[in-house]
Amino acid sequence: MLNRYPAWKNGLIVLVVILGFVYSVPNIYPDDEAIQITTDSLALAESDLATVTTALEAAQVEFFGEEFSEESILIRFNTVDDQLIAKTAIEEALTDDYIVALNLAPTTPGWLQAIGAGKMNLGLDLQGGVHFLMEVDMNAALGRRMEDNLSNVRSILREERIRTRGTNVVDNSHLEIRFANAEARSEARSALLDNFPDLQFQNRESGDVFILDMRTPADVILQTQRDTLQANRTTIMSRVDALGVAEPTVQQQGADRIVVELPGVQDPAQAIRFLQRIATLEFHLEAEPGASPASYTTYTSPDGLVVDVDNEVILQGDRISNVRSTLDQNGLPQVQINLDAQGGNQINRVTRDNVGRMMDILLSETRSRTITGLDEEGNEIEEVEFYEDKRLISHATIRTALPRTFVITGLTAREANDLSELIRSGSLAAPMTIVEQSVIGPTMGRENLEAGFRGVLVASVLVLIFMMFYYRVFGLAANSALIMNILLIFAVMSTLIPATLTLPGIVGIVLTVGMAVDANVLIFTRIREELSNGMPPQKAIDSGYNRAFTTILDANLTTFLVAVVLFTIGTGPVKGFAVTLMIGIITSMFTAIVGTRALVNIIYGGRNIQKLSIGSYRLPDKSGIEAT
Amino acid sequence: MILGREIDFMGVRKIAAAISAVLVVVSILALIFNSLQFGLDFTAGTSVRLNYSDTVILDEVNDTLANNGYEDAVVVSFGSDREIRVVLPVDEDIEVDDQAAQAVVVGETIAALLSDNSSSEVTLLGSDYVSAKVGEELAEQGGMGMLVALGIIMVYIAVRFQFKFSVGAVVALAHDVLITLGIFSIFGIEFNLNTLAAMLAIIGYSLNDTIVVSDRIRENFRRMRKGTPVEMVNVSLNQTLSRTLITSFTTLLVLFSVLLIGGETTQGFAVALIIGVVIGTYSSIYIASNVILYMKVTREDLMIPVREGADPEGTV
Repeated sequence: MLNRYPAWKNGLIVLVVILGFVYSVPNIYPDDEAIQITTDSLALAESDLATVTTALEAAQVEFFGEEFSEESILIRFNTVDDQLIAKTAIEEALTDDYIVALNLAPTTPGWLQAIGAGKMNLGLDLQGGVHFLMEVDMNAALGRRMEDNLSNVRSILREERIRTRGTNVVDNSHLEIRFANAEARSEARSALLDNFPDLQFQNRESGDVFILDMRTPADVILQTQRDTLQANRTTIMSRVDALGVAEPTVQQQGADRIVVELPGVQDPAQAIRFLQRIATLEFHLEAEPGASPASYTTYTSPDGLVVDVDNEVILQGDRISNVRSTLDQNGLPQVQINLDAQGGNQINRVTRDNVGRMMDILLSETRSRTITGLDEEGNEIEEVEFYEDKRLISHATIRTALPRTFVITGLTAREANDLSELIRSGSLAAPMTIVEQSVIGPTMGRENLEAGFRGVLVASVLVLIFMMFYYRVFGLAANSALIMNILLIFAVMSTLIPATLTLPGIVGIVLTVGMAVDANVLIFTRIREELSNGMPPQKAIDSGYNRAFTTILDANLTTFLVAVVLFTIGTGPVKGFAVTLMIGIITSMFTAIVGTRALVNIIYGGRNIQKLSIGSYRLPDKSGIEAT
Repeated sequence: MILGREIDFMGVRKIAAAISAVLVVVSILALIFNSLQFGLDFTAGTSVRLNYSDTVILDEVNDTLANNGYEDAVVVSFGSDREIRVVLPVDEDIEVDDQAAQAVVVGETIAALLSDNSSSEVTLLGSDYVSAKVGEELAEQGGMGMLVALGIIMVYIAVRFQFKFSVGAVVALAHDVLITLGIFSIFGIEFNLNTLAAMLAIIGYSLNDTIVVSDRIRENFRRMRKGTPVEMVNVSLNQTLSRTLITSFTTLLVLFSVLLIGGETTQGFAVALIIGVVIGTYSSIYIASNVILYMKVTREDLMIPVREGADPEGTV
């Protein structure tokens, strides 16, 4: 029958409405102010929780909802003030091994969480938080690799007893070896060829010097950069995870940058401290007695030992594939280090020639110093600057030529643990610097969020009023669809698509509100037109919906294509906008076409009607105006 | 909308074309000679935020800065009449590593300088180093995005409609974006990431409008047995006019409420979109159809090949 939906179709619509409602509802539960306690190395104990609660009671701070696990302790507070007092109290009560971070905790009821309903992720601009843009020093990464190759070349040539007139790194992708004659060069070339499959070899003469050039081809450089960036991202990711922040973003951007966003983190200095444990390992030999002072640097080990460490790096930390702290057959703690193939060859060659000498491991860290500045409210806050710091973390005798897997012994259990932890979290493939950092205060975020939603609300109300007056009963159907549409966008963004709502995203929703009614306007003007052409009401409804459909489809599909392009190409705000636009287009097609049709069908369908309440339209064959 | 008679839109199409041409040329000239007032997203620099105990007079701040060697500083009010943001271009001599630390020093220097030269108390709220690379890349992405989007749209419209409609839609889009940018340039409105996103939204909006009109033109060309192309386009524009106006009206309603109550950060976005919607509405009536007529669209262009036994669409 004309203008009746089958029961299954109405049922489907009702189902979508219910799902939309349920899955958008968690967004109205506000987060609690919370403090999260984690620790660097060891698991947390129940006694830690007891220490914390005692400290809080002593400080007379109200708290609730303590959650305990071996990874973290979470405690909730009523106000930001309580949260801040509590932070100081807890920090005083616990040692420096613990990380006490301000955080937000969700209050969504358990049954909603159980069905997978959650809040939308809010972007930094809405929630406050810290944003870092870190740049990977690709030149350093490539340069280091070349230094690595150079030391490898030297030891191979030494081994093959081929004499050179010197070797040096020309630039990050170019290494030259000079020989006295062509025979030495061709011998060297055949000895080296198999060891460096990635490099291109080339002969060159300059006067009476025979030169062998070794170059990294462009595609290998590109691959190295890609690998380096990926490796750094993984390391940063693991550090961010350790920070226990909800929904962190660690993204690659461009060829050499990583974006880190920690929403909700209200203590940026701490986040920076954590991320700044940017470290790389270097393996060195101890300087031989009587070596020239320019060839070594003096370090002091943690237990006070003063060591002269040769400047030549025999192995870089990026060759480490795995580290574990284990026990040897006598039950003594040790750290087991696995290297990749090239690293294994390298360490083997060097240590074979140096049994009995000491090997030193340096940890090179970019660290931060805090300096005092002012925040928006004029309170003193800590700001951060960075410097390079190298530390001797292991000084051990080479007992044998080391294979790919070797152990460092003579450590206490704690030292072994710390060392493996340090190596694991510390081995960044290349050094990084922070090129951009910004902190969005929680107040500013909240203001943006509130202002944004006020905008959506007022805009929606205005549109609803207009539609109701202009299209009467049909306007009400469109209005129900509009409200439904907003709920569906929220539901989809909260559950189906892990999209982050940003300020441009809110504007995207606002724009969808404006444009969502467009589909209904198209349909309703068509229906009015058909009525003016003398079509009976039931047929006019059907024809109006059908004929407007192609137009709506064309218009929305093209806009959707634009959104897809924006999403693929854009980052940050552009992406945020594109996501809401795409979701909005799909949900509005559903609500504006199927949703309003169902309502109109229920109101008018299957009845004998003479007039439609769709605002005023011209009657057929009359120039007069029919107001309904 | 209740219309007693048809409006002869295409009767003034030459005048509309002339006006548009002038606007586009002026916009391009403005963009060449006046450029855009790029926000910090696109220029490297130090952004210093300051709070005054009394209302700030921007001219005074500008004078103070200019007299003390900061001629390039840009001063904008920020959020309230007591908060300002001073944007200083980057000092090229300093290594990038030091910029963040440098920003702190610059902030303190500026705060001290302004405090000495003002009767009200000046507090430093914060200073950040902003790198331009990010903005440059985003601008590239945005520009690239626009080009790719235009390409895809052209193909889609050529397949669904006809090539002449593709040209019409793309000319209308270029028209809208150029004039909006021109207005930004002439009135010195800051161009930042939000406004970039707005430009992209304008593409979406303007396209939507153009497609609706094109759709009607296609339908009428297929359906109407007589009438010149100009007449048929006119009829189509009149039929879609009420929809065009209502949708523009609701969208503007939304945008004005965002502008007025949506808070500081979304204002640029709202302004850009309001300009874009107004121009987009105009261009969907006068530009796209004009181009289609200029390219001598015919009924044959839009006839669908009639399959055996099938009723050609549009002759229902």
